[in-house]
Amino acid sequence: MIDPTIINLGYLIASVLFIIGLKMLSRQKTARTGNRLSAVGMLLAVVMALLSQEMGYTYIIAGFVLGGLIGTVAASRVQLTAMPEMVALFNGFGGVASLLVGWAEYENARWIWVQQSPTVVTLVATFVAVLIGGVTFTGSLIAYAKLSQKLPGRPLGIRGQQIVNAVFLAAAIACGVAFMLNPVHLYAIFLVLVGLSLVFGVLFTIPIGGADMPVVISLLNSYSGLAACAAGFVIDNTVLIVAGALVGASGLVLTTIMCKAMNRSLRNVLFGAFGGDGGKGPSEEAGQANPIDAETASYVLEAADTVIFVPGYGMAVAQAQHAVRELAEALEENGTDVAFGIHPVAGRMPGHMNVLLAEANVPYEQLLEMDDVNAQMPNIDVAIVIGANDVVNPAARDDETSAIYGMPIINVDQAKTVFVLKRSMASGFAGIENPLFYKDNTRMLFGDAKASIEALIAELKQD
Amino acid sequence: MSAGILLFFVFVLAIFLGFELISKVPSQLHTPLMSGSNAISGITIVGALLAAGNTDNETIRIVLSTLAMAFATINVIGGYLVTDRMLGMFGSKKSGDGR
Repeated sequence: MIDPTIINLGYLIASVLFIIGLKMLSRQKTARTGNRLSAVGMLLAVVMALLSQEMGYTYIIAGFVLGGLIGTVAASRVQLTAMPEMVALFNGFGGVASLLVGWAEYENARWIWVQQSPTVVTLVATFVAVLIGGVTFTGSLIAYAKLSQKLPGRPLGIRGQQIVNAVFLAAAIACGVAFMLNPVHLYAIFLVLVGLSLVFGVLFTIPIGGADMPVVISLLNSYSGLAACAAGFVIDNTVLIVAGALVGASGLVLTTIMCKAMNRSLRNVLFGAFGGDGGKGPSEEAGQANPIDAETASYVLEAADTVIFVPGYGMAVAQAQHAVRELAEALEENGTDVAFGIHPVAGRMPGHMNVLLAEANVPYEQLLEMDDVNAQMPNIDVAIVIGANDVVNPAARDDETSAIYGMPIINVDQAKTVFVLKRSMASGFAGIENPLFYKDNTRMLFGDAKASIEALIAELKQD
Repeated sequence: MSAGILLFFVFVLAIFLGFELISKVPSQLHTPLMSGSNAISGITIVGALLAAGNTDNETIRIVLSTLAMAFATINVIGGYLVTDRMLGMFGSKKSGDGR
C-alpha cells in the first residue's frame, strides 16, 4: 500500500500528460510524440491504480491478456482502408467497459447501500455511465456495421422512428429515476435500464446515412469520454473524470467542425435521416453529359501544367489510392504540378482521405485543405474528381433550393477542365442531382475508378 | 467543501479545458486526433481493474469486471497502436515511409 497522496499525484501527472498529449495531437509536427505521451500517461494511471490498494490480480491479468491480445492483433493487422470501422469498434468497447464498470460497482454497492444510503452523485453517475456507455456501445457497433458495409449505408428507418426513439429514451430515463429512488430493491429495473440503453443506441444510429458518419463517429467518441467520466464519479476517481471530460469536450469540438463542413446543425444530422428522399429528379437544365475516353484524357493531362485531384468515398471503395499516387507521380515526371484537394467530410470518417493517401505514400505537403485549393482553382488546368460527388456539387453554392445549399464545396467547376471519374450517372449519397456533370468544361470518364486511373497511367507511359 | 463537490469542480474545469484545447485542427489530423482521444477514453481501464481486483469472489462481479477489463484494454492498446501506426504513415516524401 502506498500513501494516497502519492497515488493522487500520479493521477495528476497522468492527467497533465493527457492534456499535453491531446494538444500535441492537433499539430502535424508533434502529433506522434503527443500520442506517445498520452500513452505514457495511461500507463502511469494504470500503475498507480494497481498500487492504490490491496487487490487480487487473477481477473485483472485475465482481462488484460485477453484484451491486450485482441487489441494488438486488431491494431497491427487492420488495413488502413478499414480504419473508420476499426476506430468505431474500439470506441464502442470503451463505452461498454464504462457500462460494465458502473454495473460491477452497483453489484457491490447495493449491499452496502442497505445500511448506508448512497449519495445522489453516485446514483446519477451510475445511471449516466450505464445509459451513455450502452448507447456508445451499440451505436458504435451499428456504425461499424455500416462502415464495413455489413449493413447498407443508407438511412434505415421506420415511419415514426423519432417517436419510437423518444419513447425508448423516455422509458430509459423513467427506469433511471425509479432506480435512483430505490436502488437497493429495484434490481430488475436496473437490468431493464441496461437493456433499454443498448436498444436505444441501435435506434439512435440506424437512421443516420453513411455520408453523415463522420459526424456520428466523432459524436460517439465524445460519448465514450462522457461515459468514462460518469464511471469516474461512480468510483470517486479523479483521473477518470478529467480524462473522460477532456475526451467528451474535445470530441464535441471535432463534431462541430464536421457539422460546419456540411453546413448542418447537429440536430439535423441526428434526426434528419438525410438522403432518405432520393427521389428528386434532374433539374430542368440538366442537359447532356460529355463522356471522354482514357486516351483523349491522357492528351489533356500531358498538356496540363497544374492538376488537382479531389478524392471522395468512391476512391476508398475502389481502393484506388495507390493507382492515384502512381498517376500523380507519372504527371510529376512530365513536369506537371500535382496537388490533392481534401474536403473535410470526404469519406466516412473525419480525415478519411488523408489516411488513405498517406497509406499510398502521398507526401502530406501535397494534401491541401479546401480553402487553399479553392483559392488556386481558377488557375488549375485539370481537376480530377475521383469518386466524390456532393463535396464538389456546385448546387451547394448556387442553387438555393438544393438540399445541400450552403455546404462549403471544393469549386472544381472553376478549373479549366474537370474530369469526373464515376461508375455511372447515379446521384451521390445525399441523392442529389449534380449539375457539375453537365457543365461545358466537364468530361465524364466512366468506369471503375481504379481501372480508369490505371488506363490513364498506361496511356501516359506509352507516349 | 465536500469531496463530492470538489470532484464536480474538477469535472467542469476539465470540460472547459477540453473545449479550449482543440480549436483549429488541420483535416490531416482529424482521424488520428479522434482515435488518439478515443484511446484516452479507455481510461475506464482504471475503473475496470479496481473492480476486477476486488470481486469478493462473487461470480457476477468477476464476470462483469473481467469483461470490463478486457474491453477497456482493447480500447487502450488498440487505440494507441492504431494511432501511432497512422501517424507513422503521415510522412513527407523526403523522409520516406514508416519513419
